[in-house]
Amino acid sequence: MDLITPGTGLIFWQLFGFLGLLFILIKFAWKPMLAALDERESSIENALKAAETARNEMANLKTENEKLLAEARLERDNILKKAHEASLKMIEDAKLESGKAGAQMIANAKAVIETEKKAALTEVKNQVAILTLEVTEKLLRKTLSDDKAQKELVDQFIKEANIN
Amino acid sequence: MTRKLLFLSLLVSAFMLGFSSPTLAAGSEEDKTSFIMHHVVDSHEWHFATFGHTHVTLPLPVIIYSGDRGLEFFSSKDFQNHETHAFGKEYAHEGYFIDDHDHLGRVDGASFIEFSITKNVAMMFLVMIVVAYVSLSAASHYKKNGAVAPKGAASLIEPIVIFVRDEIAMKSIGPKYKKFVPYLITLFLFIWFGNLMGLMPGAANMTGNIAVTFVLAILTFILTNWNGNKDYWKHVFATPGVPIPMLLIMVPVEIIGLFTKPFALTVRLFVAITAGHIVLLGFIALGFIFESYTIGIVSTLMVTFINLIELLVATIQAYVFTLFSAMYIGSAVAEHEHVDHH
Repeated sequence: MDLITPGTGLIFWQLFGFLGLLFILIKFAWKPMLAALDERESSIENALKAAETARNEMANLKTENEKLLAEARLERDNILKKAHEASLKMIEDAKLESGKAGAQMIANAKAVIETEKKAALTEVKNQVAILTLEVTEKLLRKTLSDDKAQKELVDQFIKEANIN
Repeated sequence: MTRKLLFLSLLVSAFMLGFSSPTLAAGSEEDKTSFIMHHVVDSHEWHFATFGHTHVTLPLPVIIYSGDRGLEFFSSKDFQNHETHAFGKEYAHEGYFIDDHDHLGRVDGASFIEFSITKNVAMMFLVMIVVAYVSLSAASHYKKNGAVAPKGAASLIEPIVIFVRDEIAMKSIGPKYKKFVPYLITLFLFIWFGNLMGLMPGAANMTGNIAVTFVLAILTFILTNWNGNKDYWKHVFATPGVPIPMLLIMVPVEIIGLFTKPFALTVRLFVAITAGHIVLLGFIALGFIFESYTIGIVSTLMVTFINLIELLVATIQAYVFTLFSAMYIGSAVAEHEHVDHH
């Protein structure tokens, strides 16, 4: 047989043999295989995409958490500051209030003391007056117990009265 | 691993030498090299080895169709001398004979068509069976297990399928690649397995036969032109940006271009594989031509070396044939944006 002249038999068998092989392999090998490969590739791609999304979500969540945390911290600081201010104000107020009340009480006490003092003085004056009167009475009674003395006194009074 | 491969290759070469030596050692200078052409071309019987005067051959069916006698079946044994296995006009059988150049002829000279299962046809069927077996067992893995990681035959075939799909079809054809992937994979595997199995001792030079490469090229040609879009045909018959008088020259050139593509495919694979076989056998023949052990040893080492290169060539040629097929198809289905940048 010749090197460069194609044989009719070989062309015939090669043509139909190859077409048969092509048909069988396309139907039973390449279609299921390519489909499986596509499926696997798409599943891998989906998995990668899902992982990417999850990672993004995680990152988002983290930043959100941090934001929340920062907000909470700020809030806490604010509250503490306000509480501190409030307590300070309350102490100040209390001090002011107690000072006022004390002053009031002192003033009241002073007034009461004054009144009591006045009352006591009046009482003392009255007692002194009564005592004086009683002493005077007793003295007068002693002095004027004889007539001579009574007469001298009357004369005395008359004299004085005449001069005036 | 490399050492083992070298050793194996040496063994194989020695094996080939052992088989060929008895016939080669005796005979004239021309006889010592004639086996090369005998191996490279097709044959009506499959000759494996000769021990002394015993020929180990596989007789093959001879199928003939003629207008007057219809379909006839013979065996190649019918047309040869049973002792020497030689063909010749003197061994004519039922009006047919095979001459000493392995040509089938009819005694009365009437016309006929031959559909014989020759050595290359038998080899082709063998390759197809191996390709089909490997591919189908690879596919069954996915049928059984679904879209999971490959195992067994699937791990051999899957990288090839992915390579052909992603590196050849996707890159050379473009967005419409999907339809052509099965054809390209089959093409690649058939040529690759054919090339590799052709390197085995006693095998036929099937992918180095012009009829085989011609049919494969014709299939690519049909697929290319069947799928040719408007742009593709417009490019052939009215190349954009070319003045009308120039078209008188351009159109015939473009039409010839359509046919040079399959011609190039046919010749490239045929030449690459046949040349490889001729070089291998030439080195084997050296030792017998010079009748020297030294040259025998050196040529055996060279045969080992060339065999390793042939393994590479087998793969490269399968890749190149598939790649060019994909590129031709790609040129036919591509959507051009004609903005006169020619």
